[in-house]
This record gives sequence, C-alpha cells and structure tokens, in this order.
Amino acid sequence: MKTENLTDTSKRKFLGGAAAAAGIVIAPGVLLQTVQAKPEGEAVTNKVRWGMLIDTNKCADDCTDCVTACNTENGLTGHDRPETDSQWIRKVTLKDKQTGHVKTLPVMCQHCETAPCADVCPTGASFKRADGIVLVDKHICIGCRYCMMACPYKARSFVHEDVQDQKDHAPRGKGTVESCTMCVHKVDNGENPACVTACNKEHKAMYFGDLNDANSEISKRLKQYGGKQIRADLGLNPGVRYQGV
Amino acid sequence: MKLIRYASIDGNSNGYWGLMALFAAFILAALGSSYFMEHNGHWVTGMNNQIVWGLPHVFAVFLIVAASGALNVASIASVFNKKAYKPLTRLSALLAIALLMGGLVVLVLDLGRPDRLVIAATIYNFKSIFAWNMILYSGFIGIVGVYLWTMMDETVNKYNRVAGISAFIWRLLLTTGTGSIFGFLVARQGYDAAIMAPMFIIMSFAFGLAFFILVMFAAYNGTGRELGDAIVNRMRNLLGIFVAAILYFFLVFHLTNLYATEHHGVEAFILRDGGVFTNMFWIGSIIVGGIVPLLMVYGPICKKSRTALAVASVLVILGGLASMYVIIIGGQAYPLQLFPGMETSSSFFDGVINSYSPTLPELMLGLGGVAVSLIVVTLAVKALHLLPVSLADSVADPHHKD
Repeated sequence: MKTENLTDTSKRKFLGGAAAAAGIVIAPGVLLQTVQAKPEGEAVTNKVRWGMLIDTNKCADDCTDCVTACNTENGLTGHDRPETDSQWIRKVTLKDKQTGHVKTLPVMCQHCETAPCADVCPTGASFKRADGIVLVDKHICIGCRYCMMACPYKARSFVHEDVQDQKDHAPRGKGTVESCTMCVHKVDNGENPACVTACNKEHKAMYFGDLNDANSEISKRLKQYGGKQIRADLGLNPGVRYQGV
Repeated sequence: MKLIRYASIDGNSNGYWGLMALFAAFILAALGSSYFMEHNGHWVTGMNNQIVWGLPHVFAVFLIVAASGALNVASIASVFNKKAYKPLTRLSALLAIALLMGGLVVLVLDLGRPDRLVIAATIYNFKSIFAWNMILYSGFIGIVGVYLWTMMDETVNKYNRVAGISAFIWRLLLTTGTGSIFGFLVARQGYDAAIMAPMFIIMSFAFGLAFFILVMFAAYNGTGRELGDAIVNRMRNLLGIFVAAILYFFLVFHLTNLYATEHHGVEAFILRDGGVFTNMFWIGSIIVGGIVPLLMVYGPICKKSRTALAVASVLVILGGLASMYVIIIGGQAYPLQLFPGMETSSSFFDGVINSYSPTLPELMLGLGGVAVSLIVVTLAVKALHLLPVSLADSVADPHHKD
C-alpha cells in the first residue's frame, strides 16, 4: 500500500507538470489527450463532469481493442459462459432496417447524470460521484439486480461465480453487480480510461475529458460536430456521447 | 348472529404431522437450493445477465402480492363493516403475514449476498421503490400483527377498527409499491406503465382470496368443523368479481400498448410470437387463471359445488403464477431497445430474445417460500385461537333465520 502511494505521488508530480495544460501537442493536428489529475486527498467535485465521445465513423467494424483493453485493465476473466460472464464494454453492431447500412460502436455504462441504476438501488450501493462517474460500492451491494433491470443500456453484469486474478484497483465480488468504472483509478491519476488509450493507438475514435470545461478537446468537438445520446428520449443526460449514429 | 367462539385446533392427528413434515421437507430443500446457488454463484441457475430475475422472483412477487390480498376478508369486515366476514378476520390477518413471510424468504435467499440483509435493513436510498418496499413489508407485518392483537385481546378490541383501517391502507400502499417495482422501470418495453400498480392490487385481491379459500377449506375439512354455505358463497362471488377485474386490467394494459406503435414489438412478442410466454399468457393467465375459474364460479353446473370453488381457487393461483412469469421473465426476455428502428447484435445478446430455462434449485426455492407460508399457518392455527369453532350459517350468516 505504501509503495503504491509513493508511486502515485511521483506520478502525480510528473503529471502535475506535464498535464497542467490538459494536453500535449506533439505535432500539428495530433493531440495526445490527458486530463488533470485530482490532487491526493482532495474530494471529488462537480466542477468537472467526466465524459466520453465516440466517433463511430472512425470505429472499425472488426476492431475490439477497447474491449480487450477493458478486460485486461480490470481483470475481467470469464469462464467461457457468455450468458453469465461479465462484459463492461461491448461492440454493438447496428443495421438500419430500412437502408441496410451497418455500423459498429462500443457501448458501456453511459454514466448518466440521473442514473436509473442509482435511483433504484435500495442501499445506495449504485451511486454517482460528484464528477459524474457512476460506480457500485461493492461493500454494500446486496446483489438484488434491480439496477440491471433499470439500466436502459444493458451496461451491467452480475458476478455469477468466483472470480480470479482480481486487480487491486478493480475489486470484484461474486454475488454483486459491476459495470464500467470509466477506469476511475486511472482518471483520478490523471490518465485516460484504458479503452480510450487503446483506441487512440490506431483508430482514435474515443475521446475522454471534462464536459464542463469548454476548452477541453471533448467539449470543443461536441460543440463543433455535435453528439448524440443513446436513448436521449429518456432524458438521462449520459456522460457518453456518440457521433455518426 | 350468535357469539363467535374461537378455538385452536388439536393438531395431533397423523394428517397434521404429515402436513408439517411435508412443509418442512420443502423448506429444507429450499435452504439446500439457496446454499447451492450461493456457494457456486448464480451461474448454476437459469438466470444470467439478460434474465436477471427468474423463477424465485416469480414465486416471491406472487406470494407478496397474494399476502396483501389475503387480508381482504379482514378488511371487508373491519373497514366495510360486513359482519359475515367477521369470524374469519383472524385467519385472514394471519394468512397475510404468513404469505408475506414466505415471499420475503424467497426474495432474500435469492440475493447475490443474502448475508448482507442487515445492510438492506439499515441503509436506505429513499429514491428507490425497493427501499420503500422494505419499509412497507416490515411495516405490514407489524401493523397486521397489531391488528390481529386487537382482534384477539378484548382489552385492546376498541382499537380494532383503527387498526383494520390502517392495515387496509397499508396493504394498498404495499401492493402499489410492488407493482411500481415494474411500473417504474422506464427503459423496458414490457414495464414502464402506471397501470402496473392498480393491476397488481387487483391481482392481489384474487390471488389472496384464492389462497384464503383453500386454507379455509383445508382447515375446516381437516378438523371436521362446520362450514356453512353462506360464507362460502359470498367468497365464491367475490372471487369471480376479482378474476373478471384482472381480465379487464389485462385488456386495458395490452390495448393501450397495442395503440402505441413503439410497443408493437413487445406486444407481438407476448401475445403472438413469444413461444412459452405467449402460451403462458393465453393458456395460463387468460384461460386457466381467468375464463375457466369464472365458469366454475358462475356457471350453472358448478355454482353450488365447493369442489368447483376449490378447483377454481387452485386455477387462479396457477394462472397468477403464469401471469407473474409472463410479466417478470417475459418482460426481460424481450430485448432492450437501445437504438429504436435499428437491428442490433453483439456478444452480449443485444437485440435478441433472451432465453431462460428455470432450474430445479430455483423451483425448490420458490416452492419453499410457499411451504414457509403454509407451515406458519399450520403452526399458528394450533397455537392460537384463530379459527371459529363453527362457521355454520346460524353462526356466520347475519341474515340467518332459525
């Protein structure tokens, strides 16, 4: 634990300098996105609203790098039982019934502003952090699965059996519900979520950043090109937006 | 109307102990099933990440709904002053508590972490209808318990009407809460309907009364006590009205959905293309749980037969379980519409009809809940003065002329 703290501190010092500008331009038109690390000990505030933007036009049909990165980062090893194995992020294929046009895109927890999962959770185990990240407190989740009934995005998984190879930063537990944490452990360290980092290696279809900051890359892109919400009719104001759908 | 005398049953016969042993065996099987599910994890059940609530929830919700309905008989006497029902108020209140206990046992034993029940009982998110239900359920047991006390203890009998009215209001709230578990699910095509709450209330009337009639028959036949036609025929008529009302609510619910194009998909699934769910709806809910009981209650051939009323009650219960299956599991089997107008597919079963095959442990857990309810009743009628010594027309019928 002590070693981890030391690592965190040194990382933070580095990031504090390097990421203060919330991005490093390494060549014209190419932006390596980073986000401001939250200083250690400081409470999460609603000054920031973490969000994601997915440009589906850049999302390659046969690419599942975001899924693989998520599974690796969060230790999501399955049991070859697709119906009960957890999936925090998945590639969904859309086909327009009228035109036959096909498109793929990743779907994960949409980190809603008014999250139905948090609303229905009897114990408050499902909750939204002040910065918009929706999480499950594994210590008080009783495994009733009402949040899974309520989630419009099919974003949640119930841990159906014992889990192995857990990561310290992503605790899991049989009999509790889990979903995408937006890699909160990385975000708090000023890093991008694993799926975004993986996507940026080749396709650059995913953007992460502060929706409240008008100067963030994600906000600028959303302002310039727009972005759609999945099931916008529900009025949940999700933190994940899509372009090209 | 003569003074009503209550007495506990002897409960020493082979039949009594046989029943107790049977119920105990089912409860043991349910505990074993729960241990099996918790030890291995829920992957050993038919439930999965698509069908997250399965057969245990069908039984649990059914029993909880029936519990509030079982209180009807007492409410009709205490709230609406119908003297004919007065002799059976004690059994009514006791059965209501017993059914709720059975339902809650199933619900708790199916949790992913039943060991954390104390968390559910102490930490509340008041925006959650589930959290409200925990309060409504425990409050129901408390209020109906007090109500029962006012019936049985002369010194507090003056509070009987207040307790009866409180219990009646509470049971309406309770079933509103249960129906709203589904009514409040905005994202799913099969739910998200305000009519769920009153529909659950009307279902509770019928399911609870059906249970009550069967328990009453069993108690009076088993003990050889007299049961007159006056009370039986009143309940027969009441059951018919409640069953007809359920059919009306089903009609309104589906007609409203059929009018809205966005719900055509889920309606076609439940009413026409849903295989087991379609069969359960038409054969289970409508024919077995609705039309046949109506014919048995009101038809000229069966009108006076107690056997017919008993069979009708069994059918109402079976039909009720079928209705719960269609609502709870059918509602999840139909895929979430993330992208209306688009065909969707993924490795996580987007856009497909989800399959569910209930397993034996789930069935045994559900039946165990029924056994818990029945063993509580069986024990209570032996321990407490719940049953009138006689329900002959001369005792029970306020209009009886010697």
